[in-house]
Amino acid sequence: MNLTLKVWRQSGPDAEGRMETYQVKDISGDMSFLEMMDVLNAQLIEKGEEPVVFDHDCREGICGMCSMYINGRPHGPKQHTTTCQLHMRSFKDGDTIHIEPWRASAFPVIKDLMVDRSSFDRVIQAGGYISVNTSGNTLDANAIPVPKDDADAAFDAATCIGCGACVAACKNASAMLFVSAKVSQLSLLPQGKVEAAERVKNMVAQMDKEGFGNCTVTGACEAECPKGISLENIARMNREYLKAQLTPGK
Amino acid sequence: MSSSALLKSSLAKKYWMAFTGLFLCLFLVGHLAGNLQLFIPGEEGQLQFNAYAKFMTTNPLVQALSYIVYLSIIFHAVDGALLTVKNRKARPVNYQYSNPSANSPWTSRNMGILGTVILVFIVVHMSNFWYEMHFGQIPTDADGNKDLHTVVVAAFTDASIGLVYVIGYVLAMAAISFHLVHGFQSAFQSLGVRSKSLMKPIQIAGYLFAILIPLAFAVIPVYIHATH
Amino acid sequence: MTDMTKLDAKIPEGPIDKKWTKHKNNINLVNPANKRLIDVIVVGTGLAGSSAAASLAEMGYNVKAFCFQDSPRRAHSIAAQGGINAAKNYQNDGDSTYRLFYDTVKGGDYRSREANVHRLAEVSTNIIDQCVAQGVPFAREYGGLLDNRSFGGVQVSRTFYAKGQTGQQLLLGAYSALSRQISKGKVKLYNRHEMMDLVIVDGKARGIIARNLITGEIQRHSAHAVVLCTGGYGNVFYLSTNAMGSNVTAAWKAHRRGAFMANPCFTQIHPTCIPVSGDYQSKLTLMSESLRNDGRIWVPKKKEDAQAIRDGKLKPTQIKEEDRDYYLERRYPAFGNLVPRDVASRAAKERCDAGFGVNKTGQAVYLDFADAITRYGKTEARVQGIENPSDAKVKELGTKVVSAKYGNLFEMYEKIVDENPYETPMMIFPAVHYTMGGLWVDYNLMTTVPGCFACGEANFSDHGANRLGASALMQGLADGYFVLPYTIGGFLADDIRTGPIADDSPEFMKAESEVKERLEKLLSAKGTKPVDYFHRKLGLLMWDNCGMSRNAENLKKTIEDIRALREEFWKDVRVPGKSGETNPELEKANRVLDFLELGELMCKDALDREESCGGHFREEYQTEEGEALRDDENFKFVSAYEYTGDPGAAVLHKEELVYEAIEVKTRSYK
Repeated sequence: MNLTLKVWRQSGPDAEGRMETYQVKDISGDMSFLEMMDVLNAQLIEKGEEPVVFDHDCREGICGMCSMYINGRPHGPKQHTTTCQLHMRSFKDGDTIHIEPWRASAFPVIKDLMVDRSSFDRVIQAGGYISVNTSGNTLDANAIPVPKDDADAAFDAATCIGCGACVAACKNASAMLFVSAKVSQLSLLPQGKVEAAERVKNMVAQMDKEGFGNCTVTGACEAECPKGISLENIARMNREYLKAQLTPGK
Repeated sequence: MSSSALLKSSLAKKYWMAFTGLFLCLFLVGHLAGNLQLFIPGEEGQLQFNAYAKFMTTNPLVQALSYIVYLSIIFHAVDGALLTVKNRKARPVNYQYSNPSANSPWTSRNMGILGTVILVFIVVHMSNFWYEMHFGQIPTDADGNKDLHTVVVAAFTDASIGLVYVIGYVLAMAAISFHLVHGFQSAFQSLGVRSKSLMKPIQIAGYLFAILIPLAFAVIPVYIHATH
Repeated sequence: MTDMTKLDAKIPEGPIDKKWTKHKNNINLVNPANKRLIDVIVVGTGLAGSSAAASLAEMGYNVKAFCFQDSPRRAHSIAAQGGINAAKNYQNDGDSTYRLFYDTVKGGDYRSREANVHRLAEVSTNIIDQCVAQGVPFAREYGGLLDNRSFGGVQVSRTFYAKGQTGQQLLLGAYSALSRQISKGKVKLYNRHEMMDLVIVDGKARGIIARNLITGEIQRHSAHAVVLCTGGYGNVFYLSTNAMGSNVTAAWKAHRRGAFMANPCFTQIHPTCIPVSGDYQSKLTLMSESLRNDGRIWVPKKKEDAQAIRDGKLKPTQIKEEDRDYYLERRYPAFGNLVPRDVASRAAKERCDAGFGVNKTGQAVYLDFADAITRYGKTEARVQGIENPSDAKVKELGTKVVSAKYGNLFEMYEKIVDENPYETPMMIFPAVHYTMGGLWVDYNLMTTVPGCFACGEANFSDHGANRLGASALMQGLADGYFVLPYTIGGFLADDIRTGPIADDSPEFMKAESEVKERLEKLLSAKGTKPVDYFHRKLGLLMWDNCGMSRNAENLKKTIEDIRALREEFWKDVRVPGKSGETNPELEKANRVLDFLELGELMCKDALDREESCGGHFREEYQTEEGEALRDDENFKFVSAYEYTGDPGAAVLHKEELVYEAIEVKTRSYK
């Protein structure tokens, strides 16, 4: 199929950006979206132009690095699908495809479609862990049974790949889904309950500091999350935070 | 709760939105109970409504409650405005091409606009009736109470502007309905009240509330306009 | 040229099960006050890197952690699916440290170092304890205890898992430990930074040259020791299950600076990957080996059926049971579909080469879940008390069970291939997955360059000539959490009085200017072709000639071809942009250049090793039934190559492998 691409080009963090139009030909439906972008870049290099810069790595939907806002939606039109797993069979011959970077003040553009998501790392650094040192002498793994339902719910929350599609989709560029997924995972497990109150307070404080917006419960994050992380996690974080703030002595 | 987290944290701001919002939902129920008396026909209805209006404006407990309502409205609006400003800042450069309807309902994305419409309505509404009742020159009825009933009926049946008032009122109720369709459930989510078993009941209650209460409000001026 | 003198593996004395304990008791310690005076650079933030950086920081060292991705959490360990082995024996099926040790040595076809493997098996149980304490949500049974599954090449259930995302969960655990140390200021993180060279001062590794991938700035970073946790080099084949950014540059730079490269030709070809669909293909996707627990592998018995399927005239579900060849069950009745990866991969290639392959390309076999769905469905019906369930009901119930086990993998398959694997068998084909070869390290995980350590897939590792499933995660975390943090003390104990290492010594300045020169040379190449063009060509050469089966003639020719390709690269490549900016094409060019050298060394190693073992299959050395023919008399050693300025002229050093605790046998899974 032949396609028209409208791609955001921005030469650096402070540069003005603009949409540029390109044509690509003979695209196979079995190609992934990023393989289509490879074709575009090979074409640009051969013409002596600058290729489009974008983040990508594992190309199997798990590293969370790819991040394109395609036709007005993060990761494009398919549910539960990262950009790298989106295949061109989702498009038709003659389509025009708009491609932009994630947009949020906490995700500044580095170049073209590449953004800086280190704000996510800093939120995790604020408390997204259990304070346990490495030693060969921790409790035996089976010493504390964990109800299967809790373990499964914790796992579901933990499948977040940190791609930032939730922020990109949210009209407020809120990171609540990302932050609440980690808060939920750890607060559901007995090992993580010990420091649950401190954790949620610190992570929310860092989230606010990074300049993410608030949750308006539009549900866009959940709908666009490639891993289907549930809004229930946000409710759980709201609960955990309220509990943490209302608990005396904390 | 530490005082800074109480006001500054993004989550706490949402708690206050949810809390004041749900409180105002309760207020709507009370307000509606009073308004429904406008359906009582003839002089009996007129006297009962005016007596009710007098009670509502003079009883100290009700007055105290009404100040909480005013404060809630102001807090809800100011907090909402602050959140909107912060949310705008969170995305300084907008998308060139966006398709938000693919992932979220319109109401959820336009709570600010709906809220603003409702605020304008409240100002007009209060200047029409609340201001008249408190400070206006209103004739008294047979029992000697201020005749608010006649003021209300006159407003919605006025030959030149009555129909505009009715339409405006109905549209405002529609805005409240849309605001509530999202706001009611959303408040529970913000307060962390959500689980697999609670999810459905809250949703159903939310839809019922958002449709029935504004509908009941809206029917009253239409009825008055049609029957007087 | 060979040399037996330079390699000292420093294996501790004593019985195999006492070596590690004894060694730990004797390693020099650095006291806490002195650790604060010592800097360690850790390159890479996968399982090995994150866990090493976090553990070293917890102990008190000052750590600088580097990753080329935007976040440490993106390292490719995240993509590991199936699970992690540990000798917990929770299932009471007779597992033990010895059995895990034995299985690993046997699975590696007796080409790994016995003492290291035993240590790995010993610490495997600590890993599970550590991860659970960190909040890793492993799969559990209804009683709340941990669940296990079985994997290829073994007869016990010792694999811990988190659906098909075990690597993700383990990496996020290590990442959280790392994040905690970053927040404490004990680790300084350099994300989007790539190691460009290793700097050696007075014979010791004392730092690296790194490039900031955003600004393009070339930086000098000094430390008392450098730990390379930079993963494997499967991308030398262009198409592999590795991430696009996975590369050999850090390890290769260490090799060029004196670290020996061990067993470079030992490559693992994973049997269950999604087949190639076209020339544009940029990477291959793995379907976890755990699928072989329940899936049955087959091809049509009749060539004409296979042809009809390739032509789209016949569907696999139309082939009758008696016309299917379950070739693994036929050839290896004892292990069946659960034979080790190398055996399963070669068997698939053998069938496809013989003309029984499916898919348009003829390069695929079926992995069928129909039987498993029926079996689970029947069990589930019994559990639910349904008598005489209909076929449809059985299928519905069975589909649910299979979906709970492998749901995400099936979804992934459907996304890529656009076929529903619950309804029609999956198509799979082997693909490059893991490299057992890597930097040679001694028992302390130190390379032949003092102060330069290698952990995880980057070292030549504990997997010999073939790695068993669910052992990569085990080794990465074992090295990072439980081995290196102790063994590095033996080296660093001499450095407590050294003081900070200067980063402006002549050695640093020279390395920095060499890096800059190389980048400028790449940017000034006057060709027209993008870097990928050369990478693809190299990949095809390697896959065809140094892949699943190799022979002397082709290897010799390939060495020449690669040398020619290197020349062509310099003549015809075009690298756009500048060095002082974000420039992914320049990053790629720099990496491919190293692959072009590594490829030659791999072929040389494959040529030198005149036997078949594990993932290394030389066509000249096979039994009449086509099984690998190992030569323990002449090749029971680790090949370690010393760089001499030309990859093809590397000097071979041999580390003789001595087995005291295990009797060396012919590997049989029949």
